[in-house]
Amino acid sequence: MEIRVTICLGIEGTAHTFGVGIVDDEGTIYSNEKHMYIPESGGIHPREAAQHHSEYAHIILRKALDTSKLTMDDIDVVAFSRGPGLGPCLRVTATVARVLALKYNKPLIGVNHCVAHIEIGRLISGFADPLTLYVSGGNTIVSAYVNKRYRVFGETLDIPIGNLLDVFAREAGLGNPGGPIIEKLAMRGNQYIPLPYTVKGSDLSFSGLLTAVLTRLREGKYKIEDLAYSLQETAFAMLTEVTERALAHTMKKELLLTGGVAANKRLQEMLRSIANEHDAKFAVVPIKLAGDNGAMIAWTGILHYLHNDILPVEQSVVLPKWRLDEAEIVWRDE
Amino acid sequence: MLIHKGAEAYLYVEYWNNRLVLKKYRIPKRYRIPELDLKLRIERTRHEAKLMNSARKAGVPTPLIYFIDIPNTTIIMQYLAGKKVKSILDENKVIDDKIYKIFSDIGTYVAKLHKNNIIHGDLTTSNMIIYENTLFFIDFGLGFFSPDIEDKAVDLHLLKTILKSTHNDFYPQSFNIITEAYIKEYGKEQGSAIINRIASIEVRGRYITER
Repeated sequence: MEIRVTICLGIEGTAHTFGVGIVDDEGTIYSNEKHMYIPESGGIHPREAAQHHSEYAHIILRKALDTSKLTMDDIDVVAFSRGPGLGPCLRVTATVARVLALKYNKPLIGVNHCVAHIEIGRLISGFADPLTLYVSGGNTIVSAYVNKRYRVFGETLDIPIGNLLDVFAREAGLGNPGGPIIEKLAMRGNQYIPLPYTVKGSDLSFSGLLTAVLTRLREGKYKIEDLAYSLQETAFAMLTEVTERALAHTMKKELLLTGGVAANKRLQEMLRSIANEHDAKFAVVPIKLAGDNGAMIAWTGILHYLHNDILPVEQSVVLPKWRLDEAEIVWRDE
Repeated sequence: MLIHKGAEAYLYVEYWNNRLVLKKYRIPKRYRIPELDLKLRIERTRHEAKLMNSARKAGVPTPLIYFIDIPNTTIIMQYLAGKKVKSILDENKVIDDKIYKIFSDIGTYVAKLHKNNIIHGDLTTSNMIIYENTLFFIDFGLGFFSPDIEDKAVDLHLLKTILKSTHNDFYPQSFNIITEAYIKEYGKEQGSAIINRIASIEVRGRYITER
């Protein structure tokens, strides 16, 4: 009798990144290829991003198959990021997934992008039941599993942290993406410029902070290093505070940091400090799997598939506003 | 004696002028740079004392404050040997008369706070204590004064989030009981206006299906 594993091909395409990953039911990642749309100026333009995805889809798909040394015959399931995200991007991604599912006769799985970030983080960290801080250009969420859902214990009431950093970097002429550049500058800053610190219970708000830091920037009398330092210190302290509140409230013993902004060393340091204080283990998802990628969609696709949670092609409309806490987590029941 | 290490403060029960009191000391947070840290702790200590006294005057039970030491970010207050609403809810499965009364009292008292423009800022079930059959509100450290419908609705939105995430078994009945009592206490017109604003705050959040 042949014992074989289930292999899932996952496609990510909710915003800037188009990615394809191939993962099996043991969590082995065979390949994880991606390409990012970078706007020539300004922020992300949904239609241009979608155009990028349709141009790169076949290239990235081919690369992912080649790297894995597999063919479509070896793939058992096709999963795609169904939402949340930008409509035009999601539709391109869904179309690619549907074509593969129909042409090669594979079951189709619709994955919640935010759930996928948490699940790949759980896989990589080995954490069974973490509190997760998910920070990126599109999301800022503190979440933990309760009763079949990843419940939201805190989130931004306006703009996400990655967006705050990107807009500041852009306005300061620092380039894109802003996070890593700001992190470098901040290391050379030492004068704290007071900025609004807005925590509302377990939620936070970054819009006032953005307005204030841009005003200071335009005043032209502060060093860019000090502005970057003050921006990071304020925004990350806010993130750490709401995370600590959720940690104290949920009493989870594992803390997971993921999303594109997770790569920031200062943010990691702050979160490690509160994890220690609460006797919780701490892990950061490595950048390749913390940023948007296909492997996280593939792995979450496996979890759906093993619980027979399959999406008929004719019902596979995209869900641009699909909240994390609206997705049912069928594979967990502790 | 140290009885609780909270995220923000350490709580001690000790004798102070022959009285058993609770000492709340806002601890420095090592993750924050000292300038920002001290500024926040002083601000919150000052605010908390002021808001607790105002709340009591508005008819909302809060611990009595005996002494406030701003430079040391410490408040000495009445010690309530009660039980957190969070634990009571955790230990129950259905909404019986006792649980119903808790939710209804929450609605009434939050309305009393809001009628007096007091925004609690952190309405979680961990910040409510049942002591001698009375519901007390604690931890006003994130509170502020505001007459705005928006701020009152955000206050309730936080409470709703907690009820949905942490006490999902009782949801949505829990919040319905609260809003009913809230409107009754606040007055139909203004109370409903605030409750209705919650929905518009929710659709402003990220990725909302109904938007």
